[in-house]
Amino acid sequence: MSAVAVDLGVAFAKVAFVMGFVLNMGGLLTWVERKQSAVMQDRVGANRASIFGFRVIGLFHALADALKLLTKEDFMPARADRGLFVAAPFVSVFFALCGFATIPFGDVLRVGGREISLQAVPLNAGVLFVFAMLSMGVYGVMLAGWSSANNYALLGGQRAAALMISAEVAIGASIMGVCMVYGSLDLQEIARGQGTHWWGVVPKWGIFTQPLGLILFLTAGIASTKRVPFDFPEGESEIIGYFIEYSGMKFGMFMMADFLETVVIAGMTTALFLGGWQVPWLFADGFHLPGGAVWALPHLAVVVLQIVAFLVKVVVMCWFLMLVRWTLPRFRYDQAMRLGWLGLLPLSILNIVVTAGVLLL
Amino acid sequence: MSPTTLLPVARQTPESPRQRFYLAEVLTGLGVTAGHFFRNMGLWLTGRKGAVTYQWPEERRPLAPRLRSLHRLVRREDGSPRCVACMMCETVCPAHCIYIVAAEHPNPEIEKYPERFDIDVGKCIFCGYCVEACPEDAIRMDTGILEFSAYSRAGMIYSKEVLLALEPAGADGLPTVQPPPALWRQGLG
Repeated sequence: MSAVAVDLGVAFAKVAFVMGFVLNMGGLLTWVERKQSAVMQDRVGANRASIFGFRVIGLFHALADALKLLTKEDFMPARADRGLFVAAPFVSVFFALCGFATIPFGDVLRVGGREISLQAVPLNAGVLFVFAMLSMGVYGVMLAGWSSANNYALLGGQRAAALMISAEVAIGASIMGVCMVYGSLDLQEIARGQGTHWWGVVPKWGIFTQPLGLILFLTAGIASTKRVPFDFPEGESEIIGYFIEYSGMKFGMFMMADFLETVVIAGMTTALFLGGWQVPWLFADGFHLPGGAVWALPHLAVVVLQIVAFLVKVVVMCWFLMLVRWTLPRFRYDQAMRLGWLGLLPLSILNIVVTAGVLLL
Repeated sequence: MSPTTLLPVARQTPESPRQRFYLAEVLTGLGVTAGHFFRNMGLWLTGRKGAVTYQWPEERRPLAPRLRSLHRLVRREDGSPRCVACMMCETVCPAHCIYIVAAEHPNPEIEKYPERFDIDVGKCIFCGYCVEACPEDAIRMDTGILEFSAYSRAGMIYSKEVLLALEPAGADGLPTVQPPPALWRQGLG
């Protein structure tokens, strides 16, 4: 077997792993959305879908949803721009899926003399890539609003675009602090940089070095997913939005894109602020506990631990984003604009200045 | 000042600095919802119930004994209705949902009996006036039956035979007998 074929196989396996994880998380989040909101509100949640009498705490509702969406009428307005109307949901989902590509899910895996960096696309400007993908995602929304030949959809698309711009600027600015502290735009390097400890005890994660950055990033990140409390592009309970003319699985794809973006934001938060795949006190050769005790581990065990740690962190962040979504009421359009431009952006710039000052000292 | 000038609307309550800052308020709110989440998850994991939901129809909520539910006609000892077709309930009914056809009773001590006694549950507003108006205590609303949906308006009409066959609810307020299915009531089953 030639080296090229092996490289290709490794790259394919990594992409398959990331795609599988993101898509499954996205699908699972539809169930989490229902069940978590129910538990938070002292309810039971959807639990009636069953296969041969097995209910499995409502997990089959995701399947039932997909079946329902696939069998619904695929409606298209008579005056819609047919090409763009069909393309819009695909654009949304495509860029939401791409976003996870540069997020590392583990350190280096050494097998048979090879060093495999555990991220789907090793890119030295990974942070910028994720931004680009998140920003491109809004094209799907705007296309949907424009091509529907519906004024309400168009206005919804406009709101989404305005929200995306005010959120993206703040996201970019809020992360600069992290990039300065760890001296890289490569997410793998940033994750590695979070592997050291203060006084050998407190891990040097972004949440501790950039607490303000974390809050700003999370706020702007939630805004960029277009979900509550920043769901005024959609505003399903009264104003409706860009996907008003969509039905069936095309509508489902917009929903899916929102969930996928939630996973991407959770992954970004993990990589930038929660130490990525780092486990506290776990180094390449095993645990070095604060007391000085050392527990040596084989290479494979360390890699597996790191991957599991990353996945757990992403799941916990998804849980937190859901908690926010089911706690806060919706911002009004002008409130969100004010928050984005007069709150998040100046604070992000302040964060950059203060970080730069501290780093210079 | 022209009479159409609008006066400024006062804010409901001025926002405190803490509220304007969002973050502290947001964290408080997250604490409340997360508290509910973990309490309910803890209860669920230990086999108890955190949700206030009743899993109807498997799990039924106990009903108050004074609840007004589906009507029934009280029987005499020989099984015939106690109703004497005095038309009080039909007269008092604000929804006009009771329809009675009176007939001569064979027993000379009893003046009349209802040949037909239909209640259109689709029209009934469950005010209980018929129960109050009855001089013979012949109609009651204590069956505990709350589910009487049908696929047609005709299926909502309960005849004398059906109403006579019903029994009062048990001590927990839940029904002890069920009316025949809607299709049967329409003569289709």
